[in-house]
Amino acid sequence: MSDGARRPRRRVSIDLQTLTISVLLLIVLVPFAFLVAAAAPGSPDLWTHLVRYVLPAAAFDTAVLLSGVGLLTIVIGTGLAWLVTAYNFPARRLLDGCLLLPLAVPTYIVAYAYLDILHPVGPAQEALRWVLGYEGPREWRLPDVRSMAGCVGVLGFVLYPYVYLPTRALFAMQSASLIETGRTLGLTRTQTFFRIALPLSRPAIAVGLSLALMEALNDIGAAEFMGVRTLTVSIYSTWVTRSDLPGAAQIALAMLTLVLALLLMERWARRHQRYANDAQHPRPIVPARLAGAAGAAASLVTAVPIAVGFGVPFAYLLHAAAARIGPNGVSPAIFAALQSTLLFASAATAVGVTAGLVIAYSVRRLSGRSAAAVVTLASIGYATPGTVVAIAILPTVAGFDRVLDGAVALLAGRGTGLLLLGSGMAVLYAYFVRFLAVAVGGAESALAKLPRSLDDAAATLGAPPRQRVWHVHLPLIRRAMAASAVLMFVDCMKELPATLLLRPIGVETLATLLYGEAARGTYEDGAIAALLIVSVGLAPVLVLSRLTDSRP
Amino acid sequence: MVRRSMLDGSSRFVRCSALVTALLLALPLAARAQEVNLYTTREPGLIQPLLDAFTKSTGIKVNSIFVKDGLAERLTAEGDKSPADVLMTVDFGNLLDLTDKGLTQPIQSGVLQKAIPANLRGAKGEWFALSLRARVVYASKALALKSVAYEDLADPRWKGKVCIRSGQHPYNTALIAAYIAHHGEAAAETWLRGIKANLARPATGGDREVAKDIMGAVCDVGVGNSYYVGLMRSGAGGPEQLKWGQAIDVVLPAFRQGGTQVNLSGASVAKHAPHRAEAVRLLEYLVSDEAQKLYAEANYEYPVKPGAPIHPLIAALGPLKVDALPIADIVRHRAAASRLVDKVGFDR
Repeated sequence: MSDGARRPRRRVSIDLQTLTISVLLLIVLVPFAFLVAAAAPGSPDLWTHLVRYVLPAAAFDTAVLLSGVGLLTIVIGTGLAWLVTAYNFPARRLLDGCLLLPLAVPTYIVAYAYLDILHPVGPAQEALRWVLGYEGPREWRLPDVRSMAGCVGVLGFVLYPYVYLPTRALFAMQSASLIETGRTLGLTRTQTFFRIALPLSRPAIAVGLSLALMEALNDIGAAEFMGVRTLTVSIYSTWVTRSDLPGAAQIALAMLTLVLALLLMERWARRHQRYANDAQHPRPIVPARLAGAAGAAASLVTAVPIAVGFGVPFAYLLHAAAARIGPNGVSPAIFAALQSTLLFASAATAVGVTAGLVIAYSVRRLSGRSAAAVVTLASIGYATPGTVVAIAILPTVAGFDRVLDGAVALLAGRGTGLLLLGSGMAVLYAYFVRFLAVAVGGAESALAKLPRSLDDAAATLGAPPRQRVWHVHLPLIRRAMAASAVLMFVDCMKELPATLLLRPIGVETLATLLYGEAARGTYEDGAIAALLIVSVGLAPVLVLSRLTDSRP
Repeated sequence: MVRRSMLDGSSRFVRCSALVTALLLALPLAARAQEVNLYTTREPGLIQPLLDAFTKSTGIKVNSIFVKDGLAERLTAEGDKSPADVLMTVDFGNLLDLTDKGLTQPIQSGVLQKAIPANLRGAKGEWFALSLRARVVYASKALALKSVAYEDLADPRWKGKVCIRSGQHPYNTALIAAYIAHHGEAAAETWLRGIKANLARPATGGDREVAKDIMGAVCDVGVGNSYYVGLMRSGAGGPEQLKWGQAIDVVLPAFRQGGTQVNLSGASVAKHAPHRAEAVRLLEYLVSDEAQKLYAEANYEYPVKPGAPIHPLIAALGPLKVDALPIADIVRHRAAASRLVDKVGFDR
């Protein structure tokens, strides 16, 4: 474009940005308006019943679950992040990459795998009985895994990468000089961790923890398998068992309000913590070498969460799938499902990451408070159970489809039918709303690390805003953007409840196929689909571990 | 250099998104030959042999979608543009819900009326039962249990010995609703508290886990559907499940002043069915002798048509004496049953 055309356009482009962000927020929020409408009719006596019999217990269980998962993810996530950053031990690089692997496995699959492995007639206890010389489970068996502890364990070991990932990145970025100052003041490495590294990494822990806790809160699969009745499960049974959609919508909205309030509080508490680096590269921490037994112990400790969160369930799936593929082969339905899974997930990720970047970029110019409001509203879907997103999106897309159909029929004589629902666009829409937070969060934290002086320098050199984006910012945040794209892709691929309700007739994804098999009780057939979900998720997760390999 | 690669990247992105959009838009343009669209809360794999046989004998293609929860919501949202023709559910509560919400249409068909007993279809032909399943008791072989009443499950002698899935599952709310219809809500509450006190593990999982848990000595008795016994014992679910099925005795229980509680799988024609004639043909096919036999063989359910053969594995459970309560009476107590489950903290 010529110089002359640039000046007058600049104004327009700023307004365009406001317009874009409003439209994006509208797209995200419209389904929630429908949810409010669904809640409006009211549900007689619902709240008296809930307050008396359901909420106290469900809220307590939810609190216990979240505290347990929070504690476990922080201990594993930050502990290992520090171990891998501050020490050098055998296989450290390999283990560092592998620590992200549990991200590829949906929680419901891990829960199911452990239920089977640890059952009194499962392989683990049978082997133990054989060693101990017992005849059968009537003589000797371990306590049941279906419990709150079991649920916390499964979720904690699958979700810790959400904390590990940002914390590890932050540790790697932390200037060694701070750590060394601590050391010269006489702190041991462990003291350095607790007094310097950990407090400094609070923003990263907060980001990772809120993602992990929202995942745990919205989980239905693992909680159902383990027999834990969370608030989300209560919404579900109000809707499904009592056919009380208004009631379910009311509980969902109440819960959502609470989560949003917590998210805003968390942002508020961090309002003074800006951790943009100096433009110069900070000197990274030089890891201390652990040799001999200490080194072996460090490798072992690092390997445990990988084995529990990924290795064991993956081996279980391999075994179950092999038992099935041998005699029966692989049904062509699985390949069709694989195709639609990839199509849906990549399309939603492309749109989501672009929108996330636009939002994060626009927010950069806003004041702290309105920026927080925009980002929180854009992230609302992540704070909402997938089932609730699905029942909110359904009237939205169907309403749009019917209006469009009416209008086109009026003009052209023949309607479009249910365009969005019939084409799978409804599924994309659901993924977009549900997981936009991942893309926005990734872009926002990446942009936050770029000092504003960079913008000023670019502006001084005469670069208009658009050029600043393409030539200055994007190249710098490319890796972080790719990382959030990977996270969003994996999330979309694992998504079940919204896909189940919104997909077009005759279309299956791997997750819905697996669910169908599970509903039928032919879990062995499901193992192939489950294995594919995990395998397809593996490649991006491995890419992610390369991308975040931020050692210079 | 940087500029070039960025531009390449963005145009590649545009091309990719265009391709993806085009592919997605092409999805619904599948062939529009003679076909019928089936929305089902039953996993279509279970009835695929039936659907294939239907297509073979009529040339009508069946497109199916498995919608677990939210069938009514999806139909409501789609309104008169809904492609749904036949709606199939596995619980009478869900089935009658669809009619209550005005999502079905009455069908007059001599074939259906003749094949299905009057108490197993809607008075105006808004819904039809296709097969029945009994809520039975699985028991450890060591007990040598010969007969049992549903009321006995609350007996303190079973303390720490009972396994059952979530009280909020439709199969259990239907059973509890039937209990309320027999004995009233207060008695049902006492009964539920009794079972709750007897539970060996949280009320969760599926019916087959009950058999697996009995094998694993987690519990001695439990509640499950009859057809799971066929699925397990036939080996259709794999060698593991075969062992679970063989580890249990199955008893057809009864209410003290009644019979065995049954639920049904059934179907309706959708209110705005675009292929109404084909939908009726599918329903009529499903109650034909051939299909009813397939139902029993493939699903181990009790055929709805009197005189249709029962699978030997199911017939071996003994003669089924169906509880005489009208279905409408049970359905009426469903919400109360679900609230009771919350009240006694059954699933906690």
